[in-house]
Amino acid sequence: MNRPIIDANVYLSRWPLRRLPCDRAPDLASKLRGGGVACAWAGSFDGLLHRDVAGVNARLAHACHTHGEGFLIPFGTVNPALPDWQEDLRRCREQHHMPGVRLHPNYHGYTLDDPRFLQLLRRADEARMIVQIVLTMEDERMQHPLLRVPHVDTAPLPDALQDLPDLRIVLLNAFRSLRPHQVRPLVEAGRVHVDIAMLEGIDGLRKLLNDVPLERILFGSHFPLFYFESALFKLREAALGGAAIQTICWDNPASLLSEGIPGRR
Amino acid sequence: MKIFDHITRRDWLGANSLALLSASLSSSRASASNAGDPTWPVWDNHCHLAGLPGETPVERTKRLVELADRFGIERLVVFMGWPFSYNPPPDEFRRQNDQVLEAIAPWPKRVLGYAYVNPNHVEESLEEIARCIERGPMVGIKLWVARRCHEEALDPIIQMATRLNAAVYQHTWLKVDGNLPGESTPMDLAQLASRHPRARLICGHAGGEWESGIRAIRASKNVHLEVAGGDPTAGIVEMAVRELGAARVVYGSDAPGRSFASQLAKVLGARIPAPDKKRILSANLREMLGPILHAKGLDS
Repeated sequence: MNRPIIDANVYLSRWPLRRLPCDRAPDLASKLRGGGVACAWAGSFDGLLHRDVAGVNARLAHACHTHGEGFLIPFGTVNPALPDWQEDLRRCREQHHMPGVRLHPNYHGYTLDDPRFLQLLRRADEARMIVQIVLTMEDERMQHPLLRVPHVDTAPLPDALQDLPDLRIVLLNAFRSLRPHQVRPLVEAGRVHVDIAMLEGIDGLRKLLNDVPLERILFGSHFPLFYFESALFKLREAALGGAAIQTICWDNPASLLSEGIPGRR
Repeated sequence: MKIFDHITRRDWLGANSLALLSASLSSSRASASNAGDPTWPVWDNHCHLAGLPGETPVERTKRLVELADRFGIERLVVFMGWPFSYNPPPDEFRRQNDQVLEAIAPWPKRVLGYAYVNPNHVEESLEEIARCIERGPMVGIKLWVARRCHEEALDPIIQMATRLNAAVYQHTWLKVDGNLPGESTPMDLAQLASRHPRARLICGHAGGEWESGIRAIRASKNVHLEVAGGDPTAGIVEMAVRELGAARVVYGSDAPGRSFASQLAKVLGARIPAPDKKRILSANLREMLGPILHAKGLDS
């Protein structure tokens, strides 16, 4: 059966460095719905720099609820470099019923071999939560001079996932810093998926299939920081068949979500 | 969103919505059309041969054209051969221009060429402009990163291009981690424009860090801003239209390094009036190149 799109990579609230054309939640929701998105996994821009992560997540959950239960799915921020991050994770799961969390290791100043990160992965695994890891937010050449943030180094990830075969990982914006052949060993290291938001190059999606199985690719737009149409048009450029498009746009993310949202049936 | 203009929300939410997406994706004009105007031509100001599959320039261009067809792109501008060379000696930029001449020959109207020249070799660059543009089929020049464009050494090159009504495409970038030694900024281009008010100048890549790039050329009325080659960051085209006017903004992709998808999205996804989109996608470049295309019989 044909389905609309699940977008695994959108953000609510305000990008810290400029206003964006669709950074008001009603505009964002309207645009996504108009684009055929039935469900969007939403993090918060506030999660990049705010230290009151509990407040960020409460606002995110409220905004998602306000703009359509089941349409915007909140993915809360957890920063394992902050004191008592475990409580943030617990609230994401038990209070806000989030299916996963979105991590920004580069903005929060830890590496993927940091013991706190490893502990976070274990806890997320125990809670059966999806873990999204955002490898970059923007072109490093165009960053604000006072906010130069390096890409996340993914080299330690395979080791980090060695004892977590069931943990669902989604790497967002992977292709600014990694080429498809560099993503392959990451995907093979566990239940690791990637989105297409920063996939570039002509016919890039078709080429990606040479290195990453179709079942590990998700539709992600990085909207509203990126134009939503960018990800959408990549489907056209690749000229994949309807079945492949459905796998990327619906089946893969739906399968990840189907393992349950805590506290919901 | 233009790609879904012909799909109502009720349709989309119906059970067969993915089939509608597939139908939309298979309609080559769908993304570049709007209600009542089914033919929005797209002219892509910025494509390369490097990075395409194929042994010969023609094989590579054939693949480029095939992919452009998926978006109904009517004309493509190609410059530089392969491999990329920052500061090519004359023999090398001649060789790369030969590759482009070979690439465009089978599609003289569909695929246009700009001649790659190097302002560190002014006399040889002038000879190359004569060979490729004055006596050949090319319609513009490409200046890359060999020498910053504000230097007066470039003046003879710009004067000759202006005399021929050729476009002058200057790569520009503002990188927070530092430009290459010969890499021009949009401020450099504004300086050049002040000495050459009749030149048909294009500010490549919108200056990279486009919020400053747009400001840098705002007062230089003969400079067009080209949006190719950066991430599809929302707001770039909206700001460009607000500050420069839609008549000074040009679409390009930087394919194959970038996808047509991400670059077309900048224009088609922008919150600007439909006539402005149409202008950016083709009319501005067509007007800029109009005289030289007419002179070469390539305008229809």
